[in-house]
Amino acid sequence: MIETRNFRILRNIVLTVLSLWVAVPLYVVVSTSLKPLKDVSGLFQWIPHEITASPYLDIWTTVPLAKYFQNSLIITICATACSVTVAVLAAYAIARLQFKGKRAFSLTVLSTQMFPGILFLLPLYLIFTQIRNMTGLQLQGSYLGLIITYMTFTLPFAIWMLSGYFASIPKELEEASMIDGTGRMGALFRVILPVAKPGIIAVAVYSFISAWGEVLFASVLTNEATKTLSLGLKAYASESDVFWNQLMAASVVVSLPVLIGFILVQKHLVAGLSSGAVK
Amino acid sequence: MSHSALDSGPAAAGSTAALDPGPGQPEAGSTPQLRKRRRSFLPYGLILPAAILELLIHIGPMLLGIWIAFISLTQLNLTNWLNAPFVGLQNFINGLNPESTIGQAFFSTVGRTLGYTILVVGFSWVLGMAGAVFLSSNFKGRALLRTFFLVPYALPAYVGTIAWAFMFNQRDGAVNQILVDTFRLFGDERPFWLLGENSFGAMVVVNVWQLWPFAFLMLMAALQNVPTDVYEAAAIDGATLWQQFRRITLPMVRPANGVLLMVMSLWTFNQFNIPFVLFGASSPNEATLISPLIYQNSFGSWNFGLGGAMSVLLLIALFIASVFYIRMVLPKGADND
Repeated sequence: MIETRNFRILRNIVLTVLSLWVAVPLYVVVSTSLKPLKDVSGLFQWIPHEITASPYLDIWTTVPLAKYFQNSLIITICATACSVTVAVLAAYAIARLQFKGKRAFSLTVLSTQMFPGILFLLPLYLIFTQIRNMTGLQLQGSYLGLIITYMTFTLPFAIWMLSGYFASIPKELEEASMIDGTGRMGALFRVILPVAKPGIIAVAVYSFISAWGEVLFASVLTNEATKTLSLGLKAYASESDVFWNQLMAASVVVSLPVLIGFILVQKHLVAGLSSGAVK
Repeated sequence: MSHSALDSGPAAAGSTAALDPGPGQPEAGSTPQLRKRRRSFLPYGLILPAAILELLIHIGPMLLGIWIAFISLTQLNLTNWLNAPFVGLQNFINGLNPESTIGQAFFSTVGRTLGYTILVVGFSWVLGMAGAVFLSSNFKGRALLRTFFLVPYALPAYVGTIAWAFMFNQRDGAVNQILVDTFRLFGDERPFWLLGENSFGAMVVVNVWQLWPFAFLMLMAALQNVPTDVYEAAAIDGATLWQQFRRITLPMVRPANGVLLMVMSLWTFNQFNIPFVLFGASSPNEATLISPLIYQNSFGSWNFGLGGAMSVLLLIALFIASVFYIRMVLPKGADND
């Protein structure tokens, strides 16, 4: 819009309100994570009376946080990598190739995105039980079960976004490469993937964030040994007491990997969205 | 990469043949056909992994979920569920009778979830639009603010909820400090936010805080495609800011808007994480949404058949919604493009 004086005044007001709205909860988390436990209960102190780093040291011993961290990393990275790979292949077929059943496949993938996880939770549990009974393959309480669950749940969005992105890449690019003798798959790997990098990064970030913050399936499909961070943080609250300062410190630590990754790639994210999903 | 090495052979032969159909090549007629046949398997190979996962994790469980609604499944026969007795429509009759308490709870929960969805999506859209409009013009600090506004979306969902739970939680929490002590809103009263009627509003606030950056992100991406000279022309013709917004910005983002609203509505309607972290496994009655209700019935009271019957109704409702959704997302005749 055209920047009149009124526009600038309005912009300053709106952006200040939005910034405060975003900032206050973040400030509460960070400031609480730096307070001693005695200052955390009672009237909330906007300006901490005393600042200490000890919550950041205590979090590792109160709860096996490192173990949960490791579990979350393994599950999330595997799920993201697999999801992106599977989505790239399927999205390329949808965007570039003609085949019977293409519409049915796209429709099925898209419509599964509609349904809440809760509808799949119990059936999936039962199927995993049956697989264990029949083959001995342990899918409950193992990394594998959560990995394939998470990767499948991020697939519809990933396929949909990537196929939009691939479709926006000029066909001439890969045709030139195929004439040079690379073949379809060669064209996909050597021409399409490098050009589609922003879209792929956007999808990977989306998958990573979804899996890292998932609670519902983790609550049923993990056990003490494979528990992820989303459930592990609960342990800072016991029956009688909540270690709010440690809980907040752990929240900061848990958020850092996604936050740093997100900030590094957010430019790609906007670019990927504007040429992929929005069109 | 072994794939591409395998593929390059016939495809390369095919394209040379197409380029150079000289009379000295008697096989030129058959090669394109060979190429076509080989190609016709390639798409299925490419979608195979996705199709298997969809079948195993989505379609299969969905069908099984429908089956569960018609059997008597309890804690006792859970591991031996293949032999659970078939009970017909009993679960539906028990659970969804509008006269019974459970039935009433179900139907009022559906209504509450719809209201919740409208509120959360509405507020998120307005905030996202405001952010997108005012960040689409260039000024100092714009990139920084843009990144900052996306932080609630990038945070793990439970972290944002924990932060708000702490702010709402105690009578002396940050929210009451702002509302009661600074703005003197409730007189001497210090309301509890996570109990009773207030809990619904608290949950809306948390959800909007997490969701609005997504609206902001998508709308900002859509606004990037609006050329600035349109605004300049409108301003010269004397259009006010509001008119520019109504007549230019809104129509320009309409294509992206349909999908955005639909996706946000679905996520919100299906919301589970926020109430689960905010209230624990069982929400206050006034703030129970449909996903937590099914969870409570299935894993709280171990009444899987009842949870299953509710799931089936939800499935039907969402299936109808999904028809509209797909019409919006997938252009007609995607086969022939």
